[in-house]
Amino acid sequence: MREIRELLVKKINELLENGTVNRVIGWKAGDFCYDVTPAVYTKEDNLCDFLFDGFCGANQSKYLINETKEEGKVLVLLKPCDSYSFNQLIKEHRIDKEKVYALGIPCSGMLDINKMKEQGITGILNITEDGDKVKAETLYGTKECDRKDVLLERCLCCKGSKHVAYDELLVPEAEEKELGGADRFSKVAELEAMTPQERFDFWRTELSKCIRCNACRNVCPACSCRTCVFDNAASGVAAKVNADTFEENMFHIIRAWHVAGRCTDCGECSRVCPQNIPLQLLNRKFIKDMNELYGEFQAGEDSETKGPLTAFTKEDAEPGIIYTRGGDR
Amino acid sequence: MQVNEVEEKKEFTPLIVAFCCNWCSYAGADLAGSNRLNYPANIKIIRVPCSCRVNPLFILRAFQRGADGVILCGCHPGDCHYTTGNYYARRRMTTLFSMLDYLGIEKERTRVEWVSAAEGVKFAQTMNEFAEAITKLGENRKLRDLRCEK
Amino acid sequence: MLKISMNEIDKLFKAIAESDTLYLPIEKGDQIEFYAYDDDAKVRLDALHTVKSAKDAFLPNCETMMKFKVEGKNIEIEEQARVSEEFVILGVRACDARSFAILDKVYLSDPVDTFYAARREHGIVVSLACSKPEETCFCTKFDIDATEPEGDVITWIVDDVFYWEAKTEKGKALTEKIKAVFEETDNTAVEKQKEEVKAVLDRLPLNSMDMEYLKGADMMELFKSPKWEELYKSCLGCGTCTFVCPTCQCYDIRDYDTGHGITRYRCWDSCMYKDFTMMAHGTNRKTQLERFRQRFMHKLSYFPINNDGEFGCVGCGRCISKCPISMNITKVIKTLGGDSE
Repeated sequence: MREIRELLVKKINELLENGTVNRVIGWKAGDFCYDVTPAVYTKEDNLCDFLFDGFCGANQSKYLINETKEEGKVLVLLKPCDSYSFNQLIKEHRIDKEKVYALGIPCSGMLDINKMKEQGITGILNITEDGDKVKAETLYGTKECDRKDVLLERCLCCKGSKHVAYDELLVPEAEEKELGGADRFSKVAELEAMTPQERFDFWRTELSKCIRCNACRNVCPACSCRTCVFDNAASGVAAKVNADTFEENMFHIIRAWHVAGRCTDCGECSRVCPQNIPLQLLNRKFIKDMNELYGEFQAGEDSETKGPLTAFTKEDAEPGIIYTRGGDR
Repeated sequence: MQVNEVEEKKEFTPLIVAFCCNWCSYAGADLAGSNRLNYPANIKIIRVPCSCRVNPLFILRAFQRGADGVILCGCHPGDCHYTTGNYYARRRMTTLFSMLDYLGIEKERTRVEWVSAAEGVKFAQTMNEFAEAITKLGENRKLRDLRCEK
Repeated sequence: MLKISMNEIDKLFKAIAESDTLYLPIEKGDQIEFYAYDDDAKVRLDALHTVKSAKDAFLPNCETMMKFKVEGKNIEIEEQARVSEEFVILGVRACDARSFAILDKVYLSDPVDTFYAARREHGIVVSLACSKPEETCFCTKFDIDATEPEGDVITWIVDDVFYWEAKTEKGKALTEKIKAVFEETDNTAVEKQKEEVKAVLDRLPLNSMDMEYLKGADMMELFKSPKWEELYKSCLGCGTCTFVCPTCQCYDIRDYDTGHGITRYRCWDSCMYKDFTMMAHGTNRKTQLERFRQRFMHKLSYFPINNDGEFGCVGCGRCISKCPISMNITKVIKTLGGDSE
């Protein structure tokens, strides 16, 4: 990680120096070792507190929507999975590609601080990665855990080390996938196999936790509408709170629906949810259905192909097909 | 007297919303009417320009406001007045209804049928069948806004 | 001081729940929140924080204010009853306990908010001293003693024993009702724990944060600081920080048409949202910079200016651990003060 950071700093300085870009969206160190904040650096900032470590999970492609509206070219650092969101935003004409310089950076998996805390590691003062282990100095002594147990959910089903879009790569891409291997649809399939009542109870427990903070929506690179239907008073569904269980369901069904076919499964929604609602299970259900019914599709893989819900074939399955699927046939 | 009252309450008449496309299904409903074919009076038809005009929010809002079942009717695939509208609607409704099923909402509450302007009989038949299925299922409790209850 | 073994703590909960509604940190769907106690509840007094703060008990995130029906020129109004029965909220940490005093300044000053006032009158706060503070805690900066919280009753958990001490009339009345479950004891164990926890509190990493410059700072100078420009940029404009915050107190009032009448309700609102305080004139805060600045200026400058220097923050650290991009009040304080230049 340290070597990557050094290479990265050198590269960024070079690009700022030779005028390829006039600023960079980077990561800024915080008070602790894990509270990394995305930040925009210009040449004058000298990359003060710039950081690249295991807590730089935030997908930065959405920041480009605003950044590309400003003067000059901006440098964006894309991990392989971020490049899918980047591509998707280009496909939707939400970012001006001419004003971005994309640097593909390698990634060996990002850590989830919440998973560490769940393991009882609290009062964290410092964290160091040491091979397969993660060591934490805490107010209550030194603690250790396995790195694989505290990886972000998305890293468990890593899309691989290939970038799908970039102007330049920091280091050559690894041939082999280092991470992943988990079946991202296993939990979806598990839910599908339940009875409707069990599924209903599962989702009631999860969705009733929603505080409607909109973090899932605001962080989502696919949620790029200028005014969301849920903020638009004229839509009839605008609301600041889930005043009824129906609204809890509706918000999440419609949000998942609005990004269906465009969601790259980057997992930011579930990463940021303060209530730990497994929101990716909604998106993955749509992805799984569309893959099964309309053929394999990965949003963001390229910047031209039409998504499954903006295309059709004459031979598509009839809606009645859902009567024959699911665990309660 | 009291016994009768209780029994009356028990009998459940579902409220059904049918979205019908202007060019085929609405005309089909019209034909059913002019041919004096019976279909339940508790089916409320909402005319839409094309089946692909139906936004998933329409479906959810119908349930919110007390519908027990929602059915979408459009031209047969290939016969869309706008050439391709119902092909899009087909994909949308398939995925949406599958999602509702995933959330544990009874999947029998939603349906898509293709009804042409000449199929008055099919329209009446479909509605009778659907109403019967919903009556059997009972009231929609899972996807309803409780504030809207009297 | 009274005590009960943690193995028998259910007896205490049942005794309270017999006469009053009891709210406790309860785990549901792997998250911990204050919920009403019942026999199946998975009580988690060991958790440092609930996701949402304890303010929920006095200022719920959504409450009906009235219902009305309009027919022709007649309007029929149905008043919403105020809370009129006693309830107990147990397991409130020191930071949350202090937040009630801050909320009181807003809601109990003239004109008094009768919904809030009724809940405050009938609510009994049983606070719980911290035994394992985390790195995100900075209550010490606001002179809050995590080992001796405010509240009608203060409790401590030392090893496997739950200690109880009533502080106010309300607390004593509650204690009187449920006395049978307790045994008398002295405070040796509690005092010992206090010393240990204080040693940890002294080592908290955020203790070094400089807040002195904010006391009596020029409001306009802070407002005009060029630092806001760099701080706000990463903000997503979500409402997480506001909704987990124990002192955020803004709400919105909305009408909902039920089809057979109107329900007027109020719900939490966030100054981070772009339609916050949007009215017909359409000139609310237009940019995320303004909205971001508003939230922090309110807590660090406007509120203290109007309330004898008391900050609108209690240092619970929820925004630190919950913000999706880790931008929070401590970073704002440090950056404005020039610390992290």
